[in-house]
Amino acid sequence: MAAPLGTGAFTEETGQEKQDTQEKDRAIPPERAEEAKLKAKYPNLGQKPGGSDFLMKRLQKGQKYFDSGDYNMAKAKMKNKQLPSAGPDKNLVTGDHIPTPQDLPQRKSSLVTSKLAG
Amino acid sequence: VWCFLDACGTQAAVTEIVFVFSLPADIISTVEFNHTGELLATGDKGGRVVIFQREQESKNQPHRRGEYNVYSTFQSHEPEFDYLKSLEIEEKINKIRWLPQQNAAYFLLSTNDKTVKLWKVSERDKRPEGYNLKDEDGRLRDPSMITVLRVPVLRPMDLMVEATPRRVFANAHTYHINSISVNSDYETYMSADDLRINLWNFEITNQSFNIVDIKPANMEELTEVITAAEFHPHHCNTFVYSSSKGTIRLCDMRTAALCDRHAKFFEEPEDPSNRSFFSEIISSISDVKFSHSGRYIMTRDYLTVKVWDLNMENRPIETYQVHDYLRSKLCSLYENDCIFDKFECVWNGSDSVIMTGSYNNFFRMFDRNTKRDVTLEASRENSKPRAILKPRKVCVGGKRRKDEISVDSLDFSKKILHTAWHPSENIIAVAATNNLYIFQDKVN
Repeated sequence: MAAPLGTGAFTEETGQEKQDTQEKDRAIPPERAEEAKLKAKYPNLGQKPGGSDFLMKRLQKGQKYFDSGDYNMAKAKMKNKQLPSAGPDKNLVTGDHIPTPQDLPQRKSSLVTSKLAG
Repeated sequence: VWCFLDACGTQAAVTEIVFVFSLPADIISTVEFNHTGELLATGDKGGRVVIFQREQESKNQPHRRGEYNVYSTFQSHEPEFDYLKSLEIEEKINKIRWLPQQNAAYFLLSTNDKTVKLWKVSERDKRPEGYNLKDEDGRLRDPSMITVLRVPVLRPMDLMVEATPRRVFANAHTYHINSISVNSDYETYMSADDLRINLWNFEITNQSFNIVDIKPANMEELTEVITAAEFHPHHCNTFVYSSSKGTIRLCDMRTAALCDRHAKFFEEPEDPSNRSFFSEIISSISDVKFSHSGRYIMTRDYLTVKVWDLNMENRPIETYQVHDYLRSKLCSLYENDCIFDKFECVWNGSDSVIMTGSYNNFFRMFDRNTKRDVTLEASRENSKPRAILKPRKVCVGGKRRKDEISVDSLDFSKKILHTAWHPSENIIAVAATNNLYIFQDKVN
């Protein structure tokens, strides 16, 4: 489809040339000038091909981690030795920090009560 | 809270501010007129649906067209947590689509990320009175105390509008639903998520057919996702879907059960010298809509709206710049995530004018015939009684005239993503965060 990033006509911007670029905006399309700005701020950006980074983030929207197995195992371990409980950082995935149900966002109560309840 | 504002203006097709509704608390996430334009539905981030109904026109005031009043409000979706996948499921209503009216009740589909629901909205203006076994409060009467039998009769009551969920179409989408579209056969509809499209029959909730699947065998090879999908307005076998790479595929369900191979592929050739890091992101199509005629499709990407002729795949027939001045702001728009905003686009009833939103509560209209365009603003500050809805202009550098606003002063948190156009009249609904604006053209 289109040429991959990093090949072809893209020119590297040095610190000295940036001033010139802003003055000669017509010579370099605004999109390229913006790209240069972005690369200057985030040098590691764009190493992976295509938009797969954005896409994976988009597909994983809403992912929170709570593993009831981990939680129960940790609870059992805690009886024997003191383990650090989940810190204020709710986004921490498993490992040494055991997320608890309280760390999950509050679930609003449903209008419809489950037939299984009371 | 709503207020009625009167305005006069002559500049654009739609100039008069008619109503402003402020929905409590939540951000409007979808707006849709029904097929007659009598009803207008909004969905919000809190999972609620609010339906407005147009008043019957009064013979006493022929110059004043019907007002839209709140008709029904109900909670469509609730937040959920999928414990199996550790996935939080938002209750935000992504799309509402109406079914054509076939009896006294109204039916609509509403969807969040995972579940589509069919709602029936019906009126009740009579209730039975005079039961034998229970009194008027519903308390059971002691049968031994009943000495006289009576026949319950239907008596008029204050109009009550009830919304009941008639079908729940769940558990068919691994990824997030972005579109639903009712088929012209009125028996089926489709739901599309990032990687798959399913076909449903309205009567059957425990089964759906997968008609498009673009999930690669190895997720590392993922390069594009489905961004929107819609059925052809007349041909029940035809639908289109758009992608994050700026392409549109038209599929014919008669050719195969799985429509992975497109019948038509619409893509505009790109100038390789213009390619930048942002190219693919800004080419991602956020909305695709068939024209009412069924001859054209309109697509919205980050900076433009394009009209395509179904008979020509290699380029659009028209391209309209929505806010090209943002091209020199792409770096900051990427940093604040605005570059990923998904704007929708709509046709007017005769397919002669197209409309889409922008930032700073601006929305744009393009007349396809005269090639004229206008920028208007949906804002309470500028809407006072008898005010003229003035066209807005963004100045791109150099001298700023008195009424113009500079690009750097634009408020990027005020975005108009959702708009709707009445099917036959010049009445539009514009959602600006939690405010719904209804505009119509000037009546002399």
